[in-house]
Amino acid sequence: MGADVFDLIRERLAPRVREAGLSHGILALQIAPAELLPVVQELKAQGFDLFLDVTAVDWPGQDPRFEVVWHFYSTTHKVRVRVKTRVAEQDPAVDTLVPLYGAARIMERECHDMYGIVFRGNADLRPILLYEGFVGHPLRKDYPKQQEQPLVPYRK
Amino acid sequence: MDLKIPNPVRPAFDKVDNPDAIIVNIGPSHPATHGTVQIIAALDGEKVLRTDVHCGYLHRGFEKECESHTWHNLIPYVDRLNYCSALINDFAYCEAVEKLMGVEITPRCKYLRTLLSEYSRLADHMTCIAAALMELGAMTAFLYLVTIRDYVYEHLADLTGARVTYSYGRIGGLARDLPDGWLRRLEEILVQYDEWVGRIHALVDRNRIFIDRMRDVGVISTADAINWGYTGPILRSTGAPRDLRKDTPYLAYAELDFEVPVGIKGDNYDRYFVRMREMDESVHMIRQCVDLLDEKGQGPINVDDRRCTFPEKELVYTEIESLITHFKLVMDGPNVPAGEVYSAHEAANGELGFYLVSTGGGVPYKVHVRAPSFVHIGGTHLMLDGYQLADIVPTFGSINMIGGECDR
Repeated sequence: MGADVFDLIRERLAPRVREAGLSHGILALQIAPAELLPVVQELKAQGFDLFLDVTAVDWPGQDPRFEVVWHFYSTTHKVRVRVKTRVAEQDPAVDTLVPLYGAARIMERECHDMYGIVFRGNADLRPILLYEGFVGHPLRKDYPKQQEQPLVPYRK
Repeated sequence: MDLKIPNPVRPAFDKVDNPDAIIVNIGPSHPATHGTVQIIAALDGEKVLRTDVHCGYLHRGFEKECESHTWHNLIPYVDRLNYCSALINDFAYCEAVEKLMGVEITPRCKYLRTLLSEYSRLADHMTCIAAALMELGAMTAFLYLVTIRDYVYEHLADLTGARVTYSYGRIGGLARDLPDGWLRRLEEILVQYDEWVGRIHALVDRNRIFIDRMRDVGVISTADAINWGYTGPILRSTGAPRDLRKDTPYLAYAELDFEVPVGIKGDNYDRYFVRMREMDESVHMIRQCVDLLDEKGQGPINVDDRRCTFPEKELVYTEIESLITHFKLVMDGPNVPAGEVYSAHEAANGELGFYLVSTGGGVPYKVHVRAPSFVHIGGTHLMLDGYQLADIVPTFGSINMIGGECDR
């Protein structure tokens, strides 16, 4: 059932997608950051109505350094699509998907917490799992695992 | 001592237009917030105008920690995501790794995992309903449900050695096979389940107080639920029959006969009833799995694959190849080829997805969990705004936010 919609998406998005392939039953699309909104709009129009997830992968030493990864699910076709793009360390910004999916709001906050990815247009990027005033982004590979930033000083 | 503690959160609003409104803080240490969630609410009298929900008080760096342990060593960690149904986390994680490795589990393992997933769902739903009812004052109902849940916990302890965090899944199989008499005791518990849950139905289903507190409270529409990423019992309570066990069958679900119960209007009462009906379906599935185990599920529980399966202890002590395999698996971890995978199971709360990235070798490069509770917290305000202050308690109870998986 999924194959038809995958073919349709590949065909319709062919000019916008750098690379498309199947990864363990999921259609994986590699795109340029600027193509995010049109690509996701097309996905939503094709029935991908459930925003599953957004996260990032840190590849230090590579340029661009961060890979931002979205997953979408279609409740009609019952298949998933993965969208990936790369952003540079100096300007780790992509467009927000909040106007398209409410669920993006909290998950973009988490991704901003953990990797410092900026979601342009998301007005509410306050810390969600971390606390106000936390310095750095803990899931970046250059953040030492043992580093502590206690909000309340430890008792001597 | 002059100790100034900075506020860990910045509220989304510090004033509201309504001159009569006040802003109050509820939680994170409030009995009705289960200890880990904070709700900043603007109130006009008893009416909730606006809420700002904060989580993160149970954040422990799960994903960071995962990047420095072998694939096997993560199993105790994933147990602690949704600690009410730890086995489902185990199996979802193991399946994701198995997909990366191209491992296909044995039939016995498949049926056992299905059986135990449903058994865990039973325990999880009972915990949720028991807590939600107790917060409304139904102490008897709480004790009834926790009695039967305790039978389940003790019974799982017979199998796994632990009551709550089992560490029972293994990449390519399970820790151990069923002990003697386990299935006999299972049937006894299922019979008792029917009896005790029947009493819950009798106590609350048509109870005037219960209906007044639950009906038409915390309503969410299907369109809103999908837009805000809701899955699991909350989405189904709105009337949408979306269930990964039916839609993208995994494990042995394609072979099982079961229904997907749905609600009518997505209020607290529907969420209660959907969970109650799902428990009945789980029991039905468990019984089918017992039969399937007997018919097709004989044989080993672990795959015969040296990349992930530990050799028998006896062989480790007597045979050099097994000793080396054991040593390599402990020291280096299972050799998972480079790649990435997203794999999801229908956990008790909704879609539990694992996004794993491997660069080859025994330690993951990245582990990300798509935790249903975390997504649900993002849309909680939809079910709180516009209702009474006292409605926060049953609504929050019916969302079943689990701090372990929400905050990771």
